[in-house]
Amino acid sequence: MGLNFISSILFATVVAGTPLIIVALGELVTEKAGVLNLGAEGTMSVGAVAAFAVAHHTGNPFLGILAGMAAGILMSLLFGISALTLMANQVASGLALSIFGVGLSAFIGKPYESVALASVEPIRIPLLHKIPVFGPALFEQQGLVYFSWVLIVLVAWFLYRTKAGLVLRAVGESPVSAHSIGYGVVKIRYQAVLFGGAMAGIGGAFMSVFYTPMWVEGMVAGRGWIALSLVVFATWRPARVMIGAYLFGGCMIAQMFVQGSGVRINIPAQALSAMPYAATVLVLVLISRNRSTIRLNSPASLGQTFLPDA
Amino acid sequence: MKTRNLALATLAGAVLCSTALTAAEPVKVGFIYVSPVGDAGWTYQHDLGRKQMEAALKGQVTTKFIENVPEGADAERIIRQMAQDGNQIIFTTSFGYMNPTEKVSKTFPKVTFFHATGYKSGANMGIYNARFYEGRYLNGVIAGKMSKTNVAGYVAAFPIPEVVMGINAFARGMKSVNPKAEVRVIWVNSWFDPGKEREAAMTLIAQGADMITHHTDSTAVVQAAEEKHKEKGTWAFSYHSDMAKYGPTAQLSGTTHVWGEFYIRTIKEVLDKKWKGTNVWGGMKEGMIQLAPMSKSVPADLQKQIVKLEGEIKTGKLHPFAGPVVDQEGKERVAKGKNMSDSDMNAMNYYVQGVASAFPKN
Repeated sequence: MGLNFISSILFATVVAGTPLIIVALGELVTEKAGVLNLGAEGTMSVGAVAAFAVAHHTGNPFLGILAGMAAGILMSLLFGISALTLMANQVASGLALSIFGVGLSAFIGKPYESVALASVEPIRIPLLHKIPVFGPALFEQQGLVYFSWVLIVLVAWFLYRTKAGLVLRAVGESPVSAHSIGYGVVKIRYQAVLFGGAMAGIGGAFMSVFYTPMWVEGMVAGRGWIALSLVVFATWRPARVMIGAYLFGGCMIAQMFVQGSGVRINIPAQALSAMPYAATVLVLVLISRNRSTIRLNSPASLGQTFLPDA
Repeated sequence: MKTRNLALATLAGAVLCSTALTAAEPVKVGFIYVSPVGDAGWTYQHDLGRKQMEAALKGQVTTKFIENVPEGADAERIIRQMAQDGNQIIFTTSFGYMNPTEKVSKTFPKVTFFHATGYKSGANMGIYNARFYEGRYLNGVIAGKMSKTNVAGYVAAFPIPEVVMGINAFARGMKSVNPKAEVRVIWVNSWFDPGKEREAAMTLIAQGADMITHHTDSTAVVQAAEEKHKEKGTWAFSYHSDMAKYGPTAQLSGTTHVWGEFYIRTIKEVLDKKWKGTNVWGGMKEGMIQLAPMSKSVPADLQKQIVKLEGEIKTGKLHPFAGPVVDQEGKERVAKGKNMSDSDMNAMNYYVQGVASAFPKN
């Protein structure tokens, strides 16, 4: 009984954390290039509805993911045109994108509100899923859960072990220097923005096709904003994004287990619900309390418009 | 003589014309919704009622609705706008519209306002609500009879009396047929977050609940039960709407709101100038609360029993909060032989016996 509990908590934690990890890693890469895209919530919403529609019509959840990704790329392209080509304020462009995306998804999604989607069978990793406790929790998950783990490694490797990653970080640190030694700042920023959009789209697809297989307006319910703040609290480090996301998911699930246990504990339910937010902020602040590491990791030109010939 | 006749005829004609005109001019009725209409849930049920009313009063009314109106300052602007646009009857369908509705109603004395689930009324502002707890009690009876683990899980939004009342009624229904029954509650602190609602349902199922219900707006809880039905034998009761489409095997029954008849009746009263202030709190008797059709998994004799109890609720013989009502701490809230008063029900801030979780104190 006790072990079963741990296994269920762990399982639910991983599921709850997955969309946050995917979206936050996309945003992390965008921000590392010096661009602050606050449009994650809207991009996720549009990704979610696109993925749901395609998965419904084709019956293929994988095509749904691709559609979510494509929709995310299109959304971030809008942001790119506004903030990078037309050099509008990044914060304003991102906020506008969020508001627009939430509304647009509601508009596109009207005909899909009455549609139920069959839930997708998880993928069992041979042998590993037989490990007691951890097997069923970690290795009987949806494909996108494994994808999120691979993504952490890939993003960390790309940023810190490849030349392209170094250039991207240089663009984020000092676009003027990067530009003066011949790198196309705007082009690199575009690529980073589109990657962020693609990941937000996939995160949305996870919500509507795998997590709760349905489409309803407002179903992303603020997860885009949580992902954005995770990037900051994780001080732009991929591994810390994962810690933060699982901590957040884990606290949410744990407080539900406490409530659902039927044991009488006199803590207000509101306080329990606030716990995931408080705990995540607290822990990530503690991890990154050293001010110099924050300064070291935060992209120096974050949010600043780059004028190539200024 | 001739001219007089002509004049009279013209006058009569004019009168006829004008009455014909007023009869032909439909009255504009407006609705304010707190969430998108969608396909199930609180607002969806109100919109069903609106459509039913519009069809029944065809030619007499035209309706209009504005969905997704946030509660608070913005609501006032939109309600005012609706009154200015010439809507003569306005329904505001969420608790948080109470103060804005009251404020606007004072500046538009000729418009009649109706506010759902609140407690403030006026000369041109009525209140209406439904006795959700009657349906909850019957759902609880089914749960008590059919549960194998004797544990029911309840996914709830906010600890306000309306929600607490439903939990308590469910627990009392369950306990009335199953002394070992217990209800466990998870508060998600949101009316609408499918992800969280689902997680809460999954948590309750993992902890042994085989009966699941919810007081939140999405279909996620019923869907979660459907998913776990094969493996864990989980059953579900829907709320607001019949959600059998989302839980074809798992949903046993549910509590649904039916507003259409109320809307038709009330608007007729206003049109006939017979309306003089209402505070309607209707239940099964008035048809404002109905059970979602019981699935065939509910045994025939239990179905019969439920129908019988439903009849008793309608006649007033059975009251879900008939004394003795004892709270979790063992304190008697209603003495034997008495029914809880409406005002006490509307101020419920404790759990009754049968609810296992601790009451969330503020």
